[in-house]
Parts: sequence; C-alpha cells; structure tokens
Amino acid sequence: MIETDILIIGAGPTGLFTVFEAGLLKLKCHLIDSLPQAGGQCSEIYPKKPIYDIPAYPDILAGELTDKLMEQIAPFKPGFTLGESAVTVDKHEDGSFIVTTNRGTKHKAPIVAIAGGLGVFEPRKPPVENLSNFEDKGVEYIIKDPEFYRGKDVVISGGGDSALDWAYFLANGVANKVSLVHRRNSFRGHLDSVQKVMDMADNGKLNLITEAEVVGVKGEDNLKELVIKHKTQGEILVTTDHWIPLFGLSPKLGPIADWGLNISKNSIEVDTFDYSTNIEGMYAIGDVNTYPGKLKLILCGFHEATLMVQSAFARIHPDKKNVLKYTTVNGVSGF
Amino acid sequence: MDNIIKVTVIDRVGIAHELEAPTDMSMNMMEVCKSYELPVEGTCGGMAMCASCHMYIESDTVLPPKSNDEEDMLDEAFFVDDEKSRLGCQLHITPELDNLVVKLAPVGE
Repeated sequence: MIETDILIIGAGPTGLFTVFEAGLLKLKCHLIDSLPQAGGQCSEIYPKKPIYDIPAYPDILAGELTDKLMEQIAPFKPGFTLGESAVTVDKHEDGSFIVTTNRGTKHKAPIVAIAGGLGVFEPRKPPVENLSNFEDKGVEYIIKDPEFYRGKDVVISGGGDSALDWAYFLANGVANKVSLVHRRNSFRGHLDSVQKVMDMADNGKLNLITEAEVVGVKGEDNLKELVIKHKTQGEILVTTDHWIPLFGLSPKLGPIADWGLNISKNSIEVDTFDYSTNIEGMYAIGDVNTYPGKLKLILCGFHEATLMVQSAFARIHPDKKNVLKYTTVNGVSGF
Repeated sequence: MDNIIKVTVIDRVGIAHELEAPTDMSMNMMEVCKSYELPVEGTCGGMAMCASCHMYIESDTVLPPKSNDEEDMLDEAFFVDDEKSRLGCQLHITPELDNLVVKLAPVGE
C-alpha cells in the first residue's frame, strides 16, 4: 500500500503544482493519473501549443510548462501511479481514505485532492444500438494484445492512423480476415500508412469498405454480424468475430462521479474558502471543480491548490501552528 | 447595433434560439452557444479536438473553408453530414455570419 499525506488524483498542471505548495508545508504527495505520463491535457492533447496566460511567461508551450512544473516539484520527491485510474474510495478505520485503481493499486492518505481536469480519457464509442451488450464479447475499443485476433475475422472502423496501422498489422498474417470500414472514401492518416493499406486492399489481403458505417451489431452471447450501411449500396451484413471501432479518445468524469460528491454539470461543487467538497478531507481543484464565478484556467488551478493545502495542513496537524512563509526568504528545502 | 450579428441555433429538441453575437470579441459559434447556456460542451476549449460543438449549417451562409484540424476531427466524429457538418469552435463570429442558422448535432454516449 502506498501511503502519503495528500493523494492527488490527476497529474495535470494543477495536480503537479499542489506538490510544490504542499511541500512548502512539509506535506508529502502522491499522484495518480490514467495517462502514462504527467502533464494531463497539456502533454496529452496539446504539448506543442503555446499558452499565453501563465503570469511572467509571455508564451510557453504546454509541454514546456509540464517540464518546468516537474522540475519545480522535484525537491519534494512526489510519487506517481501513472497509467492507472482511481476507481474506488473507502474509509480506513483511522479516518484516512483508501483509493484503489483499476489495476488494484492501493493508496492511503488522510487527504484526497481531486485535480482530475476533464476526467479520464476513454475511447469514443460509436452511437450503435445494443453496442454495450457486446463489449468484450467481440467488440473492443482498444487492441491490448494483437495475438488475441490470430486466425479471427476482424472488422476495424475509423479513418485515422490507429485504424490504418492496426488494419495493416492484423492483415499481415495475424487475423484470418480483416475489413476496414470508413465513412469517407479517403483517409486522413499519414500518407505512408494510407498507401500501405491501399496496397494491401489491391492485393486482396484486406477488405476495404469505404463510404460506409457500421450501424448495427448482431449476435447471441457473442458478436456474430455487423450491419454496415453503404452510402449507395444500402445495408450489407458482414459476418465477423470482432469489431474494433477506433475513433480516438474523449474525456469522461468516470468513476469519481459515483463517490458521493456533489456534482453539477459534470463538475464537483466546492466551497471557495478552501476548495473542500461535501466529503470531509476531500478537495477538488482545477478544471474539475465548480463554484460561482469559476474560470477553467491553469492559473486559477494554481491559486486553488495553494489555498487548498493550507486547509489540508490544518486538517492533518490540527494542533500545529502554521504561518505563511515566503520562498524568497526561506528558500525551498525538499525532502 | 454595431458589431452585433444575429444567428439562430436550433437545439436538440428542435427549439430555435435567436441569439445576438458580438463580432468584436474574438468569439466563435461554440462560445456563443455556451454564453447563452445552450447544451454545447466545448470540452477541448476550441482547439478542434473533441467535436462536442459539432453543428449542421442550415442556412446558405458562405463560410470559410475547413482547416486541416477541423477536417481531421470531423473524420472521426459521429453523425457527420459532409455537406452540413462544421465545428462551432472553428466558426469565428464575423459580419459575414449574420443570419446564420445552425442545428446542434446529436451527442454520442
């Protein structure tokens, strides 16, 4: 079990800066993030885009901001559980929280700070009726192990790089039969990825179905058939063992929504005095929270994190005196 | 009024909302919808990266062409109509958009 003072859910800019402010108060932090790297949206969605409203930086790339925050918090040696998402929260008998991830990693802390931003990035699911009935019974949104598809009939949907690359890979002696379904007749992936798939289709090694969309799933326990609607030829039935829709990722608040927090419009309601939620010892900071006048800005997340750790300190050390100190006077002494 | 255009947004239950949009505030259609609290998420903040502001153009307004980013996103989005679909965040409020009529696209799961 990982133990810490403040367990931060979400390693975006707000979560990262929390480590710094907590460190000044001698509080240790550990961060959980569903993405494999720190930085949140800044590193996952727009690392090469400039941000212009970080005070004192006329412009800074989102990826660079992440790097600088990592450098700034390094003295406080934060722990990271990356590539895992926080799923459940339980109360320990000593009053601490136990947070368990989707992979079963357990974390114990007296304080939980949710800095989850837009939430967990999940595959986008196409709007097809009864789709959820066949999830993991022939419908997969992520290819975890390509060997799983050896000798099977597979249909892939999508027109981006991941659809093209996986179609090419699986058609190259792994799956028995691969079909690639795309709504348009051209692909927007990298030119060489497109060319490789086109060549395979020309050689009869891959079945290309363009200007078409999967509109229905059929089967009993497992997926058996897909209804594919072609722009001009109408509906066709395709027998298959698997359907892999690859339409990118989108963020969802995820399991946190079921933790008993007061939620409005997909955001967690907080008290602006200290960004506490309705659950004692649990705070929400950054884009994930809401309050009258809320602005979803990185700089506001930094402010919220700073006030939040003061409240967290008082909760962890109710009898200890604490006074605001200036880093210019005292310097930064890490752990 | 100066610097104000009129646009109509038809929501997902079919109600038409006539909105006033300023041309001098660097706004886009996604932001205009949000400012009137219409059900448009604008999850990515306007970077053409989420398609939560997907809308259909219902008037014959001449619009600027789609950028590569917008084309890429619409390629992966659902309920796309190649003739009518645009991302609201990529439609900047300019005088040329006066009397634009759009309909919000359905949202997936």
